[in-house]
Amino acid sequence: MTFDIPFIQILVTSVFVAASAGLLGSFVILKRMALVGDALSHVALPGIALGLAFHINPFIGAFSTLFLAVVSIWLLKYQTELPVDTLVGIFFTASLALGILFIPEQELLEALFGDIGTLGLMESIISVILSIGIIAALIAIHKKLALSMLSEELAHSIGIKNRALDFVYLIVFALSIALGIRFVGALLMGSLVIIPAAAAKNISRSLHGFMFTSVLFGVLSAAGGVILSQLFHVAPGPLFILTSTALFVLSLIVRKLKQ
Amino acid sequence: MDILKVTELTIGKASSPIVDKLTFSVAQGETLAIIGPNGAGKTTLFKALLGLTPYSGSVEWAPNMKIGYVPQRMEIETDIPLTVEEFFRLRGSVATPEKVHEILNYIQLDASILKSGFGEISVGQRQRILVGWSILDNPDVLLFDEPTADVDIFGQESIYKMISHLHETLNLTILLISHDLNVVYQYANNVLCLNHQKLCYGAPGEMLQAEHLQSLYGGERGFYAHTHEQNHSHTAS
Repeated sequence: MTFDIPFIQILVTSVFVAASAGLLGSFVILKRMALVGDALSHVALPGIALGLAFHINPFIGAFSTLFLAVVSIWLLKYQTELPVDTLVGIFFTASLALGILFIPEQELLEALFGDIGTLGLMESIISVILSIGIIAALIAIHKKLALSMLSEELAHSIGIKNRALDFVYLIVFALSIALGIRFVGALLMGSLVIIPAAAAKNISRSLHGFMFTSVLFGVLSAAGGVILSQLFHVAPGPLFILTSTALFVLSLIVRKLKQ
Repeated sequence: MDILKVTELTIGKASSPIVDKLTFSVAQGETLAIIGPNGAGKTTLFKALLGLTPYSGSVEWAPNMKIGYVPQRMEIETDIPLTVEEFFRLRGSVATPEKVHEILNYIQLDASILKSGFGEISVGQRQRILVGWSILDNPDVLLFDEPTADVDIFGQESIYKMISHLHETLNLTILLISHDLNVVYQYANNVLCLNHQKLCYGAPGEMLQAEHLQSLYGGERGFYAHTHEQNHSHTAS
């Protein structure tokens, strides 16, 4: 195994992207929207297709469709009384189908499963900066976010603007998904967000412990995935998911032992 | 001085409003109990008072009123990763450690509960914590939405004693939704009977007469005030 520059660059980028996704995941789990989050991540796919068709960076393509999707969720939630999760499940899985139809076959695999090996230096730097931005934003609003997820009425009673907060949260969500697509692809991105947080919840009693453990598990899984992929010469995305799944199983065992 | 003035408040569809042309006012220091059957619009009324639901008519609070709110119940997972202490801290900078300990005295809970999980404690303890949380920022008015739902009878009594104690020591105005007519009789200055419309309003002694309760709940219902301490049966139907 060689620790050359591209390897270290990939390792560092993955660790930052996974840290921000892990932190986001703790709120996705608190909000009990794990499945909605997973379906939502598929919206990135038609965005990547558009990016490829118009020769723009797939990250920008993915973020654009994700942005549109979260704004429509936000509007749906506050303008109508329709059950949002059902619509999200149908509409966003349809966009996965749409993406599969329109992405050229040779790029489809990369879009679905990610390929961090082709990451340029500039892209890496931007990914790290955006990840730090996501982490800073989430830490800044974490108390309000947790309270609003616990009870919107309570949050409102102390002057928290639930709608605005929800909007910021969804934008952070879209940004985090678009960042992670490069790493694990549109199909597995939901897991990058959800599994480390689900594992962390098994062994956490406090909010701050939960947030910290979630980030830690994300980082460990990312580093593990990247190092294993270097050893076995396979794509890091699936290895990341398998590493975090192993952590999840471990956390379940620890939880059972504690009871 | 009136602290709240509600005029012609209507919530919901015009054809079948949840609350229909409701007018009432609340004076400073008053404890107003709102009673009525399930689905009568009591919780919806609170949501309108808090500005959480659209309405027509007017809701006027006196200027610079700080409103505390205790929700009916919270759906909490037992394994939610949140300690009681963190729950207080979610309130922001007003929840200093000193203030939190002062509040624990008011709600008669031991400081050791701070380290417990917010989902692990009993429903009664959680209700007390919610009451404590609502008074952290020294509010002028408290809205209690059935503060004793899901709490056993002994827990209920002590929660109402605590609320009454808060009312006296903190000079609060209290709006209280309750099913327990005995509590209303003991603690409220005024009663508002609500079943979509205002069916009665006035002092509990007058309002808890059989004819008012019949029009509110239906059936041959009357209220019997406490005759001695051991008797906890209040309604006959």
